[in-house]
Amino acid sequence: MNTGQTEPTDAFVAAYPELRPFWDAAAERRLVLKFCDACGRTHWYPRLVCPHCHGDAFHWKDASGRATVYSFSVIRTVEEPFVLAYVQLEEGPIMMTNIVDCGVEEVHIGQSVQVQFQPVAPDRWAPFFAPMTDRAAPG
Amino acid sequence: MSLNGKAYVVGAFEHPTRFAPDKSVAQLHVECALGAVRDAGLSLADIDGYFCAGDAPGHGPMWMTDYLNLNVRYMDGSDFGGCSYLAHVEHAASAIAAGKCSVALITLAGKPKSDGQATGTMNFAYGPAYPEAPFETPYRWNLAAMYGIFARRHMHDYGTTSEQLAWIKVAASHHAQHNPNALLRKVFTVEDVLSSPMIADPLHRLDCCVITDGGGALIVARPEIARSLNRPLVRIIGTGEAIKTNAGGDVSLTTTGAAQSGRTAFADAGVTPNDIKYASIYDAFTIMALMQIEDLGFCEKGAGGRFVSDGNLISGVGRLPWNTDGGGLCSNHPAGRGGMTKAIEAVRQLRGEAHPAVQVPNCDLALASGPGGILGTGQNHATLILEREA
Repeated sequence: MNTGQTEPTDAFVAAYPELRPFWDAAAERRLVLKFCDACGRTHWYPRLVCPHCHGDAFHWKDASGRATVYSFSVIRTVEEPFVLAYVQLEEGPIMMTNIVDCGVEEVHIGQSVQVQFQPVAPDRWAPFFAPMTDRAAPG
Repeated sequence: MSLNGKAYVVGAFEHPTRFAPDKSVAQLHVECALGAVRDAGLSLADIDGYFCAGDAPGHGPMWMTDYLNLNVRYMDGSDFGGCSYLAHVEHAASAIAAGKCSVALITLAGKPKSDGQATGTMNFAYGPAYPEAPFETPYRWNLAAMYGIFARRHMHDYGTTSEQLAWIKVAASHHAQHNPNALLRKVFTVEDVLSSPMIADPLHRLDCCVITDGGGALIVARPEIARSLNRPLVRIIGTGEAIKTNAGGDVSLTTTGAAQSGRTAFADAGVTPNDIKYASIYDAFTIMALMQIEDLGFCEKGAGGRFVSDGNLISGVGRLPWNTDGGGLCSNHPAGRGGMTKAIEAVRQLRGEAHPAVQVPNCDLALASGPGGILGTGQNHATLILEREA
């Protein structure tokens, strides 16, 4: 487990030390969100001031990892077309991502998706989303 | 304080080039600056305020001010992306109203075509200093796909169709056929747009703008100077700006910053969308124009698809003559920044200097509006309302 004591080698991680809990959790394949102590709401991407109430005290909490497709496009101008999307997290905010592990023609607005993590640099993992399978679907 | 009547647009120049591999960006800025001061009947010695954005060589207004050896007492290098130059008109009018300068020059130039830049389809990769970079860069986003996302959601929420979006390109092409400098002068049909290759669903190649080298410049001056010049009087009567943030993810991707910048500008001007005789609205993609047409109040939110159909944006045919130069979709998109050309065509219309085939009769009230940056990741927006003074 990354204790947060080591110096990050990734430039994006190093640039924002206050986001270290996010990257540490991501390395453990966990999506964590900042929740505002004042208004209780969360937001994306994580900031130091709450976009909803301008509060500046937060706690990090695991997200459910479940989301629905808000909208999407298929980038066709590359060798392997892929899906750029905004998904709406169960906790509220929309976020940019790619929809992975499915054909580009299978994606639709309102589709249930589940977070997964992929390495995007040697020392950095990022959240991607895939259609929810029966196994991952909420009971 | 409203800026209504505090300043005038006295000079406007659009560079005729669309491909300038043999010229530096600085040269294009110079040629645009000279074109605009000559258009106004002024000289560079009259300029005491200079405004530019990130397309200018160097960083900030110092380099071009030095290159042109301007004697300025007010400068502004604010970069709001493509709408910078519309916002600069507001900033220039503010400075003039405050007595900080009398004659302001605003320039834009760039060479994305010479540089082989695929503006709409290149992967945007911001560096580590940008706060949202690690939350966007991994997903290999590009401009066309972002607008595809907006279009898809607009279709989902309001029933907008690809045919309706195509009408926007059709209108632009009807205007561009009369513009000898337009990059695309072919008149397109709805079928042409729909049969062009899919770039980023649901947007086709012909839903996208042109990529061009070029530039433009504007001169804004205080009223006494405007009246001393032998040019039609184009008065600035309304201005508005906005930054539509992504609001921590609590944001609609079908409503643009035009809702705020337009509301502010119309309130300043004391006019309504129904009063506008001509509108320049930034059009890097068909859906981009459509969302702003709604947000500016030319039709109800969600009704844009029906509004733009059947030639309603074509001068002499429809209710809202729009981008009569051919816009970014067919004519020109210098530096990938569309705000400058929007203001210039609005000035042409108000002066009665648009091409006769697209000139709006008795055009005395015009709007120029556009975004900079991308909805969802943070979007600037600026709107101007200009009036021809009898």
